[in-house]
Amino acid sequence: MTKVASMRDAVAALVHDGDVVAIEGFTHLICFAAGHEIIRQRKRDLTLARLTPDLIYDQMVAAGTARKLIFSWLGNPGVGGLHAIRRRVEAPAGGAPSGDGDPAPLELEEYSHFGMVGRYTAGASNLPFFPLRSYFETDLPKANPLIRPIKSPYGDETVYAVPPLKPDVTVVHAQRADAEGNTQMWGLVGCQKEAAFAADRVIVVVEELVDEAVVRADPNRTVIPGLIVDAVVVEPWGAHPSYVQGAYDRDNHFYRDWDAISREAATTQAWLDEWVYGVSGRAEYMEKLGAERQASLRPSGTAPSGSVDYGVYK
Amino acid sequence: MSEPVGGPGGPEAQAFSKSEMMIVAAARELAGQRVCFVGVGLPNIAVNVARLTVAPALELVYESGAFGAKPARLPLSIGDPTIVTGATAAVSMFELFSFYLQGGLVDVGFLGAAQIDRFGNINSTVIGDYEHPKTRLPGSGGACEIAINARQVFVIMRQSKRSFVDKIDFRTSPGNLGGAEAAARIRREEGWLGRGPSVVVTDLGIYHFDDTGEMRLDSIHPGATLDQVRETIGWEPKVAEPLATTPAPTPEELRLIREELDPEGAYTK
Repeated sequence: MTKVASMRDAVAALVHDGDVVAIEGFTHLICFAAGHEIIRQRKRDLTLARLTPDLIYDQMVAAGTARKLIFSWLGNPGVGGLHAIRRRVEAPAGGAPSGDGDPAPLELEEYSHFGMVGRYTAGASNLPFFPLRSYFETDLPKANPLIRPIKSPYGDETVYAVPPLKPDVTVVHAQRADAEGNTQMWGLVGCQKEAAFAADRVIVVVEELVDEAVVRADPNRTVIPGLIVDAVVVEPWGAHPSYVQGAYDRDNHFYRDWDAISREAATTQAWLDEWVYGVSGRAEYMEKLGAERQASLRPSGTAPSGSVDYGVYK
Repeated sequence: MSEPVGGPGGPEAQAFSKSEMMIVAAARELAGQRVCFVGVGLPNIAVNVARLTVAPALELVYESGAFGAKPARLPLSIGDPTIVTGATAAVSMFELFSFYLQGGLVDVGFLGAAQIDRFGNINSTVIGDYEHPKTRLPGSGGACEIAINARQVFVIMRQSKRSFVDKIDFRTSPGNLGGAEAAARIRREEGWLGRGPSVVVTDLGIYHFDDTGEMRLDSIHPGATLDQVRETIGWEPKVAEPLATTPAPTPEELRLIREELDPEGAYTK
């Protein structure tokens, strides 16, 4: 059964106002195309979960889609802060946040990286919590009372627990999938597998749609089985300005540019008008970005893996 | 190369920047280490200098999931594709944090900070009140589990009265808590693998931690003065007697940084 759908149809059918949404991918494979479609469809009151909210959630927060963030590291890697989010979080000089006319404060639920990975893992494996050796003697359990100490049933040791995270919908970007959603990726795999298995609904977005035989020829590379996938969207360059190992590089210039664009609410909205609301979808966005920029992001050479022989056993 | 601080040395000594001194000082501290958890920016250059000089067996681990990375360019982010191509392993973050870090395989973890206190406790979460922060910083990321599970922690940061403070606003990553004795007891009772912070490299000098768990200035960089150290720290710092002078970067160390690792000067200006 084919699950191939357009981005517009997949987001319309599977992302609802008020949902907990996880667009995962650690630096690598962040699906900006899905985030932009959610903005265009003016989804509201979302809880956005990601280890690193990154530029995509800064844009989605600026566009008014979110009421809450669940995260572990809130920054623009190697550049600085996420200004649209900070405007919704920081106290204005000399007072409490949210004066007249300001958007409502954004709710934050904060963990560490391992805590977030553990939350998805517990969600994916139907466990009531995930135990970890972290948070000792820090202020994080005070900041987030959902981080709780738990005594080992087998001795005197105490560790910390985090609760399961089960997104309503997880979006995963990958190099390739077949029409049923059997999805293969390589490079940094972050916690996409855990986030997908933890979710009620899964949208897979790929650079390339391949035949089932391609997947079956290399089963070790399959990260997400079609069994848990609701829609397959074929969207080349769908991760830009994030990257896809072997296909295109991270657009570090854009990550730096965003720092200036996002410092003022007005310039942020102007950018959204031009690059999100002003285009029909990813194809038009990439056309606007231009062939020269695209060419500059291609890898400087190839580095193919060796092939392995799985053998035939009859 | 901006603001060369130059410095004393033989006739062959070259001018160098404060960042270059910090990178070289941190790299030398990695002599003999095996597995190092890398952060972005200066630590990333420092570990690569170490790999090419004093610690050829050093394995670089990035929290994004690369083990045994051999980056061919200086990545802006810790999830750059260059850390994957040619690495020993690309693993999930679950494996990285569970088996490599919590499993006790990481010898040194690098941390940065917005604020640090005399016992090496670190804040990278907020300036001001947590609920209504004056400045919202990135938060922990992997820092608090690195502080607890890496065998030792290195810190690289510039000194200022705003960052070297008597009392941090939020404890994101534990150091020696209120002192070495209590910290050792708590680490034992709670089963931490880490022994806490061991080195702080600043733009002015190198600190280690004494028997009380407090930072002590053991070496001052060429060109820096004790007055500058005291003006940029929020407590009266302990100073080793005698105080060493950090050897200036060698021509080879500077060549590695300028020609191989950061030819555009993105991090070293």
